[in-house]
Amino acid sequence: MAEVACPMAGVVAEVKVQPGDTVEPGQDLLILESMKMMIPFQSETNGVVREVKVNVGDFVNEGDVVIVLE
Amino acid sequence: MFEKVLVANRGEIAVRVIQACQKLGVKTVAVYSDADREALHVQMADEAYHIGPPPVAQSYLNVERIIQVALESGAQALHPGYGLLAENASFARRCREKGLIFIGPRPEAMEAMGFKVKARRIMQEAGVPIVPGNVDGIQDLEEAKEVAREIGYPVMVKASAGGGGIGMQISRDEKELEQAFKMCEARAKAYFGDPSLYLEKYIEEPRHIEIQVLADNDGHTIHLNERECSVQRRHQKVIEEAPSTFVDPELRQKMGAAAVRAARAIGYNNAGTVEFLVDPQRNFYFLEMNTRIQVEHPVTEMTTGVDLVEWQLRIAAGEPLTLKQEDIGINGHAIECRIYAEDPDKNFMPSPGKITRWQVPQLEGFRADVGVYEGYTVSPYYDPLLAKFIAWGPTRDGAIELMLRALGTTVVEGIKTSIPFHIKALQSKLFREGRTTTNFIDQLKKEE
Repeated sequence: MAEVACPMAGVVAEVKVQPGDTVEPGQDLLILESMKMMIPFQSETNGVVREVKVNVGDFVNEGDVVIVLE
Repeated sequence: MFEKVLVANRGEIAVRVIQACQKLGVKTVAVYSDADREALHVQMADEAYHIGPPPVAQSYLNVERIIQVALESGAQALHPGYGLLAENASFARRCREKGLIFIGPRPEAMEAMGFKVKARRIMQEAGVPIVPGNVDGIQDLEEAKEVAREIGYPVMVKASAGGGGIGMQISRDEKELEQAFKMCEARAKAYFGDPSLYLEKYIEEPRHIEIQVLADNDGHTIHLNERECSVQRRHQKVIEEAPSTFVDPELRQKMGAAAVRAARAIGYNNAGTVEFLVDPQRNFYFLEMNTRIQVEHPVTEMTTGVDLVEWQLRIAAGEPLTLKQEDIGINGHAIECRIYAEDPDKNFMPSPGKITRWQVPQLEGFRADVGVYEGYTVSPYYDPLLAKFIAWGPTRDGAIELMLRALGTTVVEGIKTSIPFHIKALQSKLFREGRTTTNFIDQLKKEE
């Protein structure tokens, strides 16, 4: 199991995956809005999404666990 | 002069306006969101009022709340800074209805320039050169193709209600035009609530040179020379300077006169900036007019000795502009570097967070317009601009040297900033030789 932490503070603009999805490296997990920019946050590994811990509009801090993969 | 002014902005520009007010003995009122309780502008103002949650739509763009605060606090006038409500004509109108003075042009002038297609038509009639293209806007893709064939590729598809580089796309052939048209239409609708587009010829390797103007309420209008703003990333300016290495006295006089004509054509009052694209053959074309103070106004102040924000306040208070065109000279050279909270090594990705160390040097000829302090947490909700560094020298080389000294001795810890980029840029042969076009950053990468 791998906890995926957010790389920077921002507001979740879009959630691109849901539990049960298979993801691969480079695939978009979330779109974050930070400092007036939309930033895609991508998976670094292969895995299956077990849990998405955030919703659109949530504020996240750098280091917050946003997605759990297995 | 006013007794009290509300500053409807945040960050370094709010601080700059507060300082100008202090110089004139005017009391200031700050407004802030939940995210800005600890912000510098809040600490500096005489009074501060909370206006809402962090998202700008619920705070800094909340027209009714801001006007309510202005009235409650007894402010007679309101300075909008840049961005946010600065170019919102209906806000300026609402201020007028409520008996508040909006420190900027009258709403009619803002409207004339706000809609790009309309502005192009007015400029053409006033004898200000515009980029070849269609003046009336395009209805559909077929018309876009027709216009593009007429003016020749490459063309730029732009949002009529756009600005700040959002909703524009270059197309080099018909296939690219189809994609650009669809994309720009969607973006224009999403960002500006208006999907209408127009087409312009794309000027290859252009320079972005703008002319500062000042006009009083009686129409006395002067220009304060040019600013060169070609170094951009994501169509946003990063380094600006005055004067431009590319502009000779003859071109300066022509562009200055065109800018004054542009301002007069719309009955402009207060400070404003006419932006031009200049091609390698020194032809210049009207791009747009920014009906507000610009981020890069300090380079003009440092080379003309004119305090632009002070004049904004004086003109809004009904004072005549006592400066004449012949009073405006050029003294030396000034360069501005925008210090952003972003990582230049990671494609300028944002870098919000707590500033654990902030140490900016004090040097003769060096000015820092700063919106943050040590211990302050930079919020991801707003623009990444932390500060502006401005260096003045008797020559361009002197200004570059001073800026490099300032950048090299500045210490920022806790977040990434664009300082390493500025050092690299100012040390480059490309910048030293004044070869600053809007493709500067790409060319810098190539020459590395």
